[in-house]
Amino acid sequence: MLSVEHLRKRYGALEVVRDISFHVPAGQCFGLLGPNGAGKTTTMRCCLGLTQPDAGTIRLVGLPIPDRAREARVRVGVVPQFDNLDPDFTVTENLIVFGRYFGLSRRECEARVGYLLDFAGLADKADARIEALSGGMKRRLTLARALINDPQVLFMDEPTTGLDPQARHLVWDRLKALLTQGRTIVLTTHFMDEAQRLCDRVAIMDHGVLIAEEGPRRLIEREIEPTVIEVYGEGLQEWFETHGKMLSRRAELAGDTAFCYCDDPEPLLRTLEGKPELRALRRAANLEDVFLKLTGRDLRD
Amino acid sequence: MTDAALTKDVMGAPARATRWRFVYVVHRNYLVWRKLIGSALVGHLADPLIWLVGLGFGLGKLMPPIGGLRYIEFLASGMLCYSAMNSASFEGLWSAFTRLKMQRTWESILNAPMTVGDVVIGEWVWAALKATLSGAAILLVMALLDIVKSPLAVWTLPILLLVGLAFAGLALIVTALAKTYDLFTYYFSLFLMPMTLISGVFFPLEQLPRAAQIAAQLLPLVHATTIARGLVVGTPIDQLLLHLAVLAIYAGVTVAVAVKLVERRLMH
Repeated sequence: MLSVEHLRKRYGALEVVRDISFHVPAGQCFGLLGPNGAGKTTTMRCCLGLTQPDAGTIRLVGLPIPDRAREARVRVGVVPQFDNLDPDFTVTENLIVFGRYFGLSRRECEARVGYLLDFAGLADKADARIEALSGGMKRRLTLARALINDPQVLFMDEPTTGLDPQARHLVWDRLKALLTQGRTIVLTTHFMDEAQRLCDRVAIMDHGVLIAEEGPRRLIEREIEPTVIEVYGEGLQEWFETHGKMLSRRAELAGDTAFCYCDDPEPLLRTLEGKPELRALRRAANLEDVFLKLTGRDLRD
Repeated sequence: MTDAALTKDVMGAPARATRWRFVYVVHRNYLVWRKLIGSALVGHLADPLIWLVGLGFGLGKLMPPIGGLRYIEFLASGMLCYSAMNSASFEGLWSAFTRLKMQRTWESILNAPMTVGDVVIGEWVWAALKATLSGAAILLVMALLDIVKSPLAVWTLPILLLVGLAFAGLALIVTALAKTYDLFTYYFSLFLMPMTLISGVFFPLEQLPRAAQIAAQLLPLVHATTIARGLVVGTPIDQLLLHLAVLAIYAGVTVAVAVKLVERRLMH
């Protein structure tokens, strides 16, 4: 459905995408993960033909990009990172006006609106103005708008950034429904739980290159120990040097917290017994741990 | 409606969406405009009425006839072009920039099977249609005040469309380069206003220094006022084709440049 080979894109002296390749088969959800500035959005824009790549070949819904990008977008839906709903129109008008850009007739658009508003949970907001919608409603309307042309592939750039947990869960639920319908989804995110929940495969991107590509569970199994113990509190430094480092497969001290990655956490936990000043959290390793292991803990901006 | 019905093939769509896609952008702007049609029409009619009655009858009393025309007759044909220019410029500057930068409307359209060319040409045509409409409103006021001398005056409408295209193209270039709205104030007060003063809108350009007359000939507005005055009064127009050609070249070149600039801005 989407294939990217040896894609490169440079802005001035900075090469933001450096020779990346990946393939997304039909019906899969593919997640492009990475810290801010990793090149995710640029990659996505190249796939849509909105940015001219410097090198590489891209095929989307069987068409070469960017040469036939406009035609490819007939079968593609896009949920951009920033809401660009049309504030001059109501909810329903937004859907109809957008459908017109696909060459759909007004009647065809109107026939879809009812279903799409139901799908997005906005049936009672049909005639509302855009500024009257909450952030979550705007996101769902943007999703509904991206579906007006019944796309085979959906591109979503950080679909749940800025939403509260209820709104995020609702968006996830809708995305799962779209996957069940057989649609392909390509999303970027820096929420690891989002990727873990939705994606069949994730690719971790940093400094313009893909540093890992795998199913999320496989990636966790391959890259990281199954259990994490997070420890913080008084006397952490000393405990970390004498026990933490020794009894875990991999351990790191980040700020005031020690992260100890273990196959068997029991010996480590025993060293914490009788030390109430040290607080410990035991949890299963997740994609975020993989992400931090691969991209480091340094802040990106 | 069921999922199955929604999943109906849309592969027929590209055939319909291949040409004249800019019309969708024109239509979008029309739908927004229609919501405010009341105030829009009042503005279109009241503005020229105030100018014509105020300047034409007030100032006109003090003025000798110009080339056999009463001042209000002279002024009215200039106002037609001035109003078309203003209308196209406002739309191509403030309104277009709002859709480009503030509302990101253009970016959303580019996620559909539309190109930058479709968007810019749509905005260009829309601004020119608004210019024509504002001219039509003035023509109506002129007819009510019994200023129109010749039935040829109806032909000013396609001329005003051309004037609108020329100034909308220029405005869209400025919009494509603008970082904020501030640039537009400079464009108005440092370019459009001085040009208006040397282009035979309020007074004939024959009384201006030679340099100003030459400068005016290189700019589009004087060609518009010359054609419009001939049509309204019903006098023959010298070098009509030359005047039309200048307007057409301005229109065509500016929109082509605007498309390139917006491509550079949005498709980076």
